[in-house]
Amino acid sequence: MKKNGKRSHFTPARIGVYGFLLFSAAFFLAPLYIMLTTSFKSMDEIRLGQIFSLPHTLTFDAWRLAWSEACTGVACEGVRAGFWNSVRIAVPSTVLPILIGALNGYCLSFWRPRGANWLFGVLMLGAFIPLQVMIYPLVKLEAALGMYSSLTGIVVVHIIFSMPVMTLLFRNYYAAIPMELFKAARIDGGGFWRIFVQLMLPMSVPIVIVAAIMQITGVWNDYILGLVFAGRENLPMTVQLNNVINTTTGERLYNVNMAATMLTSAVPLLVYLVSGRWFVRGITAGAVKG
Amino acid sequence: MATSRLKARLRGLTPWSALLPLAATVLVAYLGTALWSLWISVSNSRTFPGTEFVGLSQYERLFDNDRWQHALYNLGIYGVLFIAACMVIGFLLAVFIDQKVRGEGVLRVAFLYPYAMSFVATGLVWQWVLNPESGLQNAMQQLGWQGFTFDWIIDQDKVIYTVVIASVWQASGLVMALMLAGLRGIDVEIWKAAQLDGVPAWRVYLSVVLPMMGPTLATVFVLLSTAVVKAFDVVVAMTQGGPGTASDLPAKFIMDHLFGRANLALASAGAMTMLLTVLVIVAPLLYLRSRKKEGGHA
Repeated sequence: MKKNGKRSHFTPARIGVYGFLLFSAAFFLAPLYIMLTTSFKSMDEIRLGQIFSLPHTLTFDAWRLAWSEACTGVACEGVRAGFWNSVRIAVPSTVLPILIGALNGYCLSFWRPRGANWLFGVLMLGAFIPLQVMIYPLVKLEAALGMYSSLTGIVVVHIIFSMPVMTLLFRNYYAAIPMELFKAARIDGGGFWRIFVQLMLPMSVPIVIVAAIMQITGVWNDYILGLVFAGRENLPMTVQLNNVINTTTGERLYNVNMAATMLTSAVPLLVYLVSGRWFVRGITAGAVKG
Repeated sequence: MATSRLKARLRGLTPWSALLPLAATVLVAYLGTALWSLWISVSNSRTFPGTEFVGLSQYERLFDNDRWQHALYNLGIYGVLFIAACMVIGFLLAVFIDQKVRGEGVLRVAFLYPYAMSFVATGLVWQWVLNPESGLQNAMQQLGWQGFTFDWIIDQDKVIYTVVIASVWQASGLVMALMLAGLRGIDVEIWKAAQLDGVPAWRVYLSVVLPMMGPTLATVFVLLSTAVVKAFDVVVAMTQGGPGTASDLPAKFIMDHLFGRANLALASAGAMTMLLTVLVIVAPLLYLRSRKKEGGHA
């Protein structure tokens, strides 16, 4: 960062800086603009093939169709069902991984049972195992336990795949809390669970928020796990969206497709816009300290 | 007396029992499944797991498979271009944003919002934008640039580059955010020193700042590499691997052979090959970092 302070306003370098940034911003924003304008156009207008033009007449039909009537290869129910499926998957797949991650981090940071660090090390390595290595055995295991193709099945898989990063987040967070605090609580007669629930969890609000943002967006945006493990009754929104767009026969309704894409992206985009810097903190906390 | 000792012993077990989910996940879900897949990859499994050990013959068949070779070739192109483009664009964006510009907050949102979107949505949007009949190509021609052609998405030889474009759009904001955090962590004194010595800013960035950001660069590299190996959704949504199998990636090859074509052993051999690739790329970096890192409470 330049700290020399006396910087005249319109040097060529300055214009270059803004030029580059504005050009880049245009590139990054263009797909969002095209998505939105397409979703408000009629098919007649789309056939003109002017993706950069604003809609002549604003119509919300595509959004209604996308939400409740668009067809996949099987049925014509829109992405609405997928939305509620995603909600039902995302809530337990956010709460449980955070609780388990917090418990793991607490245990690893303060109690440090023998051999636990070895487990933690393997878990961190496990984060790099490609999904495809684990997916077939996991299908077989879940089938044997009778939870394959069910809500439980998909939540368990989300718990498994989020455990490395959740554990890491909380372990690092608790590593910054003084050991003396924990020892004092022990001397006051606090047991394992009491210290966790009454002392550590209340202190963990910031990292819980970070973890929740990561989990909600991650689970909501997941495609492959939902496709394989959720079962036909619980397909998440991303899978339904892909089915709507890529399995339609006949004329493709691009306005409906783009509206459906916006609807599917709305939740993580909202989370990002509302959470702002917390979102970035999540990325950096999960990545840099690892 | 005996009961209180028993209680103390039981209480000593509590931390262990609390780690049971972790232990089960590590031993069964990670190590167990990896070993299982390793076994399948050296067995005669097809639709069902087989019982006969066949050595490395599945791997030989895999590497004789044209589709797999092409998927690997695509992964190479995709990986190199995606990582290089994300790092260059992410670094440039971070450097330019770090010049005390107005509207930094708005710019950050504009660059990072694609990262909040799923790869499925990313693929679908770009499928529409790059559609030659009604997308960018047609729009440019109608705006008066008659000779403008951009039909890579239906071109067997170029389709993989369109997947790169979509993925770079999705992920370079993330690199920007990480790089910006790295830049802001650098001591401002070096700028005063450089100014005193009359060194131009671009040279300071290249020969001083960039080397100082080594840890950030390594983190970004590891993140992007894992994204490359995972790449699946974006191809499925954008091209479904097509035209034909022209934009196939190993992850898609494996999924197709696991669930569509029911060739478990071949798919598992592919999966183990991917695991090996990841380990070769990531292990040295992790080793270097673990040597520098201090773990938890001393």
